[in-house]
Amino acid sequence: EKTNQNLFSKLSRAIVGKSKVDDEVLDELEEILISSDVGVDTTLKIIKRIEARVAKDKYLNTSELERILREEVIALLMENKTQDLEDFLVPEVKKPYVIMVVGVNGVGKTTTIGKLAAQFLKRGNKVVLGAGDTFRAAAVEQLKLWGQRVGVPVIEHGMNTDPASVAYDAVKKGVEMNADVVIVDTAGRLHTKVGLMNELAKIKRVMQKVADDVPHEVLLVLDGSTGQNAFIQAKEFTQATEVTALAITKLDGTAKGGVVIGISDQFKIPVKYIGVGEKIDDLQIFNRKEFVDSLFKTQK
Amino acid sequence: MFENLSQKLDKALKMLKGQGSITEINVAATIKEIRRALLDADVNFKVAKEITDEIKEQAIGSKILIAVSPREMFIKIVYDKLTELMGGQKQDINIKGDPAVVMIAGLNGAGKTTFSGKLANFLKSQGRQVLLAACDVYRPAAMEQLKVLGGQIGVEVYTEMESKDAVQIAQNAIQYAKANNKKIVIVDTAGRLAIDEVLMKEIAALKKALNPTETLFVVDAMTGQDAVNTALAFNERIDYDGVVLTKLDGDARGGAALSIRKTVNKPIKFISTGEKMEAIDHFYPDRMAQRILGMGDVLSLVERA
Ligand SMILES: Nc1nc2c(ncn2[C@@H]2O[C@H](COP(=O)(O)OP(=O)(O)OP(=O)(O)O)[C@@H](O)[C@H]2O)c(=O)[nH]1
Ligand SMILES: Nc1nc2c(ncn2[C@@H]2O[C@H](COP(=O)(O)OP(=O)(O)OP(=O)(O)O)[C@@H](O)[C@H]2O)c(=O)[nH]1
Ligand SMILES: [Mg+2]
Ligand SMILES: [Mg+2]
Repeated sequence: EKTNQNLFSKLSRAIVGKSKVDDEVLDELEEILISSDVGVDTTLKIIKRIEARVAKDKYLNTSELERILREEVIALLMENKTQDLEDFLVPEVKKPYVIMVVGVNGVGKTTTIGKLAAQFLKRGNKVVLGAGDTFRAAAVEQLKLWGQRVGVPVIEHGMNTDPASVAYDAVKKGVEMNADVVIVDTAGRLHTKVGLMNELAKIKRVMQKVADDVPHEVLLVLDGSTGQNAFIQAKEFTQATEVTALAITKLDGTAKGGVVIGISDQFKIPVKYIGVGEKIDDLQIFNRKEFVDSLFKTQK
Repeated sequence: MFENLSQKLDKALKMLKGQGSITEINVAATIKEIRRALLDADVNFKVAKEITDEIKEQAIGSKILIAVSPREMFIKIVYDKLTELMGGQKQDINIKGDPAVVMIAGLNGAGKTTFSGKLANFLKSQGRQVLLAACDVYRPAAMEQLKVLGGQIGVEVYTEMESKDAVQIAQNAIQYAKANNKKIVIVDTAGRLAIDEVLMKEIAALKKALNPTETLFVVDAMTGQDAVNTALAFNERIDYDGVVLTKLDGDARGGAALSIRKTVNKPIKFISTGEKMEAIDHFYPDRMAQRILGMGDVLSLVERA
């Protein structure tokens, strides 16, 4: 079984023996938020808001702190005006709906594609995958195994081929096969590598020779255990490829979730999916309320 | 996106100008900025606090030298502190034994398999007979990945494609090495989170069964605040000998390195700086200190101070 130290358990420990929200409690709260990777900027924003409430209501009780923190976190997440998904639904477009998946090395792109394909398939969609990581050792093989596991076709040209031409082919086959969804994998790349970042634009351009509105979605995958670099990744990938959605993986670890709060606050791109394990069913739709609830859930 | 320490200090140190010495009162804002800089670099919150407390103590009472600005003086204090914390004697990996067994462990996607290949390549170039053992029985195509890397560097890879028993594969690999005159076996293992009890038991069992001459914990330089908990949890189960810090070719500050060094007290033995098999290097504490502070120009400053 997996244990998780969430915000609530940390908060409860911090306010033991305290009755009033004072500077010391606020310092503790700051520490809790930072140590959950919320990030300095967003943490200070939350602390300021709570300070303001304390100032208004001089004798704010520590027992109310949890409720207030929860309210403020939800309010902050709601400022990101994007809609939460209801389910793994394929938006209405001229078929197929094309998703290009990008991110730095090892964050969980290929795994997320496998899981996502399973969810779409389960809901009666025809899914095609494109093995656009032709660089990392055995990356094509990895996606092919996911394709077999899920039961969806994988379009591939083998290793060391042109990823743009794989993407083109995947979209083209998707059209021919009357698929509902095409998901294209790409090689992991650090956002500091200009050549590799430009390659993403090229992959897009070449795909657009099949249909000019593709890809409909550029899904940036972030690793939930990443610290402050996650913010830079979001910024750089957004600039390079107009990211339209985020998936945050490995949230089955400890101390997690904080990065989701920071990212939602700093970027106006919706978090659509969260990865919570290595298995095929370990992908969830991101829902703000449920997410905040999970942060505060009482643990045994 | 993030200001480096120098920029942060500029703001905080304005108030120190024209004052003769550093006192408890005038140092507070500066210490706060140093702490923020460390947090921005992903240094663990508690560790950052401990470090800045020590720095404060050291700074208070010291005279501000006429020759350098207070900013330069502070940077030197911080830089020296970080270098000292990460430093100590350079430690090589232990590859004595017949065969020597090097076990590689860490979180999912940290760069273990890539590093296994790099280390094999590195040791091979020193003229040693190396065998890679593919003991990740979970991730799709993990064994295939190691085989491809082995092919690239001309190092044999021991696999049992159908087996799901990592311990058994590793033991068979060691037998194979003995029979085939391989002097070092590098054991690649599956990625796992520290909270996954089933997989943590597996890695503990591997450690116990193989009794490796060297156990390395691989950690991604981009890791955030949780790095310390993870490093502690792995240490508790497999008592590793050293740390490998990966993906340093990016722009992550890598504060996790400092936190792990200070909390677990195990040396960082290698760094990984790219996807190619040659992208492996030794660890230099002073370079890491500069990186965490977000500045490449510390050295010239430090020489003046
Ligand atoms: N615990 C956990 N592990 C995950 C999750 N998502 C992916 N992983 C694991 O993370 C590792 C890397 O996943 P990949 O899907 O290969 O990552 P990638 O981004 O495609 O990697 P590259 O293509 O090499 O850049 C694998 O061991 C996965 O099983 C998750 O949500 N939780
Ligand atoms: N840029 C960069 N990429 C790296 C480095 N080390 C590994 N990678 C990449 O990171 C990704 C994950 O590396 P792997 O070696 O597969 O990681 P792993 O720890 O074996 O992953 P799992 O077995 O799934 O847990 C791959 O895309 C590698 O090419 C590095 O130092 N720099
Ligand atoms: Mg991949
Ligand atoms: Mg691996």
